Formats: sequence, C-alpha cells, structure tokens
Amino acid sequence: MSDNNKTGLIARLWQLFSKPAKIATGAVLGMGFIGGILFWGGFNWGMEATNTEAFCSGCHAPIVEEIQSTIHYSNRSGVRAICSDCHVPHQWTDKIVRKVQASKELVMHFIGTIDTPEKFEARRKHLAEREWHRLKENDSLECRNCHDFQFMDFTEQGKRAVTMHSTSLASGDKTCIDCHKGIAHALPDMSGVEGW
Amino acid sequence: MKTLISSMVASLLLVTSWASANAVDNEEFVSNGGLSSLRGQSELNDTKQAEQLKKQVKDDKVIDRNYVHQPPLIPHQIRDYQVDLKSNKCLSCHGWKFAGQIGATKISPTHFETADGLTLSDVAPRRYFCLQCHVPQADAPPLIANDFKAVDALDAANSSR
Ligand code: HEC
Ligand code: HEC
Ligand code: HEC
Ligand code: HEC
Ligand code: HEC
Ligand code: HEC
Repeated sequence: MSDNNKTGLIARLWQLFSKPAKIATGAVLGMGFIGGILFWGGFNWGMEATNTEAFCSGCHAPIVEEIQSTIHYSNRSGVRAICSDCHVPHQWTDKIVRKVQASKELVMHFIGTIDTPEKFEARRKHLAEREWHRLKENDSLECRNCHDFQFMDFTEQGKRAVTMHSTSLASGDKTCIDCHKGIAHALPDMSGVEGW
Repeated sequence: MKTLISSMVASLLLVTSWASANAVDNEEFVSNGGLSSLRGQSELNDTKQAEQLKKQVKDDKVIDRNYVHQPPLIPHQIRDYQVDLKSNKCLSCHGWKFAGQIGATKISPTHFETADGLTLSDVAPRRYFCLQCHVPQADAPPLIANDFKAVDALDAANSSR
C-alpha cells in the first residue's frame, strides 16, 4: 500500500514536471511576477535612498552647508529643490544612466579628488563645468521639471527677468543655465567663462 | 529620620530663597537715564519687540540722484549675487562687455580709475566691491525725516518748471 503510494507520488511529480501542466506554468509565471516586483521595488528603493540630501552630504558637506542661504533652500513658499532634483533626472532611463556614471564618483572618492576643502576648491571649476555642459546639452531639463516656461506669468516677474525671459529664453537662443549659473552654489573662479 | 526632615526643610528653604532672589532680580529696574534712541526709549532690562524684517525692492525704475557724485542706489534685489575674488555678478550685467546687450547702466569711467588718477583697462580694485558704495532699497520709512533738497539742476520733483 505505502509502496504504491510512493511510486504514485513520484509518478505524479514526474508527470507534473515532464509535461507542463497548467499549474506549473502558473507557478513559474507567478514566481517571475513576484520576483519582478521585488526586484523593481528593491531597485527603486535603492534609488530613492541614494537620492537623499543626507546621502550626498556624506561626500559633499561644504556644498550642503553653502546651499542654505539660497532660494532653493529657503523661500517665501517653502517649496524646496533638493540635490537630486537638479542633479538626478526624474526619468527612468536618464536616472539609470546617471547612477552608473555616479559609480565613477565612488571610485574618485576613494582616490580622494575632493576630500579636503583645498582639493575641492582646486577641482571645483572643473566639476562645475561638467554640470554646466550637462545642463546645456539637455536644455536645462532639471530646471524645467519645476519651472515651465509655458506657465511663467510675466506680470508677476521683475522687469529685468521679463526682459531676458521674453527675448533670449523665449526664442530658444539661451537656456536657463546660460544666465543662472551659481543659482544653488558658490561659484568657482569665473575668469574665461562665457558671460563673465 | 530627623536628619532627613531637616535636610528636606533646608533644601526647600534654599529653593524658595533662590526663587525669590531671582524674582527680585527680575523686578529690579535698571534705568538707562532717560536716554532715547531712534527706535524710541527702552530700558536696559527689557527686550523690545523686533521690527518686522523688510522686503527688498525687487525691480524698480532708476532712482533719482540727489547730488552729483552720489553713488546711485540699486533699484533691484540682489539676493545671492556673489561678489568676491572669484567672480563678480554685478559686472556680468554692468560691465561694459555686457551692459548694452542686457540694458543695464554701464559702470562709469570713474570705476576704472585708481586713487592716483591712473585709468586702468579693467575695474579698479577700489571699485571692485560694488556694495561698499551702492545699496539695495527696502520699503521702509526713514528713521529720521530728511529735508535735504537737491540743487535745482538735479531736482526731478521740480522738473515741470
Ligand atoms: C561616496 C561619495 C559621494 C557621494 C555619496 C556623492 N558624491 Fe557627488 N561626487 C563625489 C566625488 C568624489 C566627486 C568628484 C569627482 C571627480 O573628482 O571627478 C563628485 C562630483 C559630483 C558632481 C560634479 C559633477 C560631476 O559630474 O562630477 C555632482 C553634481 C555631484 N557629485 C552630485 C552628487 C549628488 C547630487 C549626490 C547625492 C545624490 C552625490 N553627489 C553623492 C563623491 C560623492
Ligand atoms: C537648483 C538646482 C540645484 C540644486 C538644488 C543643487 N545643485 Fe548642485 N549644481 C547646480 C548647478 C547649476 C551646478 C553648476 C555650477 C553652478 O552653476 O554653481 C551645480 C554644481 C554642483 C557640483 C559641482 C561643484 C560646484 O560647486 O560647482 C556639486 C558637487 C553639486 N552641485 C552638488 C550638489 C549637492 C550635494 C546638492 C544638494 C545639497 C546640490 N548640488 C543641489 C544646481 C543645483
Ligand atoms: C524641485 C523644483 C525646482 C527645481 C528642479 C529648480 N527650481 Fe528654481 N525654484 C523652485 C522654487 C520652489 C523656487 C522659489 C519660489 C518662491 O519664490 O517661493 C525657485 C526659484 C528660482 C529662481 C528665483 C530666484 C529669486 O531670487 O527669485 C530662479 C532664478 C530659479 N529658481 C532658477 C532655477 C534653475 C536655473 C534651475 C535648474 C538648475 C532650477 N531653478 C531648478 C523650484 C525648483
Ligand atoms: C537670457 C538670460 C536668461 C535666461 C536664458 C533665463 N533667465 Fe531667468 N532670469 C534672468 C534675469 C536677468 C532675471 C532677473 C534677475 C534675478 O532675479 O537675479 C531672471 C529671473 C528669474 C526668476 C525670478 C523671476 C522673478 O522676477 O520673480 C526665475 C524663477 C527664473 N529666472 C527662472 C528661469 C528659468 C527656469 C529659466 C529657463 C527655462 C530661465 N530663468 C532662463 C535671465 C535669464
Ligand atoms: C541681471 C543683470 C543685473 C545684475 C546681475 C545687476 N544689475 Fe544693477 N541693474 C540692472 C538693470 C537692467 C538696471 C536698470 C537700468 C535701467 O532701468 O535703466 C540696473 C540698475 C542698477 C543701478 C542704478 C543705476 C543708475 O543709473 O541709477 C545700480 C547702482 C546697480 N544696478 C548696481 C548693481 C549692483 C551693485 C549689482 C551687484 C550686486 C547689480 N547691479 C547687479 C541689471 C543688473
Ligand atoms: C568707492 C565707491 C564705489 C564703488 C566701490 C562702486 N561704485 Fe559705482 N558709482 C560710484 C559713484 C560715486 C558713482 C556716481 C559718480 C560716478 O559715476 O563716479 C557711481 C556710479 C555707478 C553707476 C552709474 C553710472 C552712470 O553712468 O550713471 C553704475 C551702474 C555703477 N556705479 C555700478 C557699480 C558697480 C557694478 C560696481 C562694482 C563693480 C560699483 N559701481 C562700485 C561709487 C562706487
């Protein structure tokens, strides 16, 4: 009796795995689905965790201190832009690209390119230029994620702002970063930079 | 037991005497001798309510000058405009290279002159730190009324004559 049962069980299991029964297909799909969710979620969670200001301040302490007097840290409406709003694009593809590039930052950290104030000062212009270049190339995508030209009310803006925004900006001649360098940080030595 | 009670009484006395000593301190009147400042009279030991912070004028017409060598007042806000050895935000609009294109007033030739009257090819060091002489404006009533009158040639209020 018990012998019969055993062979029966083995035979049934054999059948189950040799011919893809409905339940097996279901199980495989289900496992894939759950795995997918876990992977996607974990990935997304990892992304969010590395996007916090506290995370960036680990290596960029002087910057995090400097930013506190600027408009994106304290302003009349209390809406803030944090590091990742300007430095990590919100779109998935761009986001991943940026993260992979950021792995290079990790390497550089251990080589120690900016780990003292002096080294940071010396390298600052180079880093700023990389950011200006990036923002120039993507037409200030990060700024535009929050500031949409379409919805700028010129009657609410200052005279100087309107003059510039309704001409060079409107025509696409210039992009935000051409005129708003140093919007969030102290500037490096600007000699030789266009517009200074 | 006795010592416990007496020590409790002692500490109670100590606390009350400390508290009353403090109260006396607080009530004590420290006269400033009747001195009155621009912000009114206040005694040394009371803290006056702080004035509300003033908002800077964001962008206005050029402000009339009252005398010939007056450094003109800044008619716009200057939040986070960095002026240091590394960069000068003001010159990115008021420098001769950019002023025309931006529609800002050019800095005048005096800004290129040294103390010895030499004219340099770029802003003279003594005129580099703009905010030493030019100041932004806030909508605040002056603390003392001022009845200074510009000479006739500069008096815009009298321009109809
Ligand atoms: C492990 C340390 C570390 C952390 C954490 C870190 N960075 Fe960096 N970052 C660096 C180093 C090192 C450099 C300089 C690389 C070099 O010298 O080329 C750098 C450079 C930069 C630059 C300059 C532009 C460029 O392409 O090099 C930006 C912008 C930047 N980091 C933003 C951020 C932001 C935003 C965060 C938080 C989301 C962050 N970093 C977190 C180490 C770090
Ligand atoms: C409003 C957008 C904005 C925010 C918010 C912002 N940055 Fe930047 N960041 C820039 C721009 C633009 C540059 C290019 C240099 C410049 O113009 O000052 C830059 C440059 C940098 C650089 C290169 C070195 C330098 O000083 O130029 C680093 C590092 C950096 N940012 C880190 C950070 C960190 C860390 C935070 C969060 C505390 C942060 N940024 C927040 C816009 C921003
Ligand atoms: C996360 C959203 C966000 C991003 C990203 C962002 N900003 Fe802003 N920005 C704001 C907010 C919020 C204010 C302040 C509004 C107020 O006055 O209350 C502001 C204010 C400003 C001002 C007004 C300064 C002043 O003194 O009145 C400028 C200029 C500006 N941003 C430029 C930029 C530029 C350039 C970038 C890209 C490098 C950028 N912003 C990215 C949200 C953002
Ligand atoms: C051609 C130069 C130029 C370009 C391009 C430009 N700006 Fe401006 N912007 C100015 C000037 C000049 C001011 C006024 C001076 C100031 O506020 O410091 C100004 C002011 C502002 C203000 C404050 C407006 C106010 O009066 O309340 C915001 C916000 C702003 N810019 C955002 C942007 C954004 C976002 C972009 C890109 C979509 C952009 N600017 C592109 C020159 C420019
Ligand atoms: C974004 C460009 C810009 C920047 C940056 C700027 N200004 Fe101006 N400034 C102007 C414009 C435009 C006017 C108004 C000219 C007019 O209406 O005729 C002006 C007017 C002035 C005036 C009045 C001139 C007069 O004839 O009465 C002074 C003084 C002045 N600015 C000083 C400064 C100082 C100091 C700084 C730096 C802290 C500065 N500006 C930064 C654009 C700028
Ligand atoms: C030592 C004081 C001093 C400093 C520093 C100074 N200025 Fe002036 N500025 C003056 C005086 C005085 C005048 C008016 C008389 C004249 O033109 O010399 C003036 C005039 C101006 C005018 C109007 C010019 C005209 O033709 O009507 C502008 C614009 C101006 N200054 C901008 C600046 C800027 C930008 C800086 C910084 C780079 C600066 N000033 C630094 C004293 C100063």
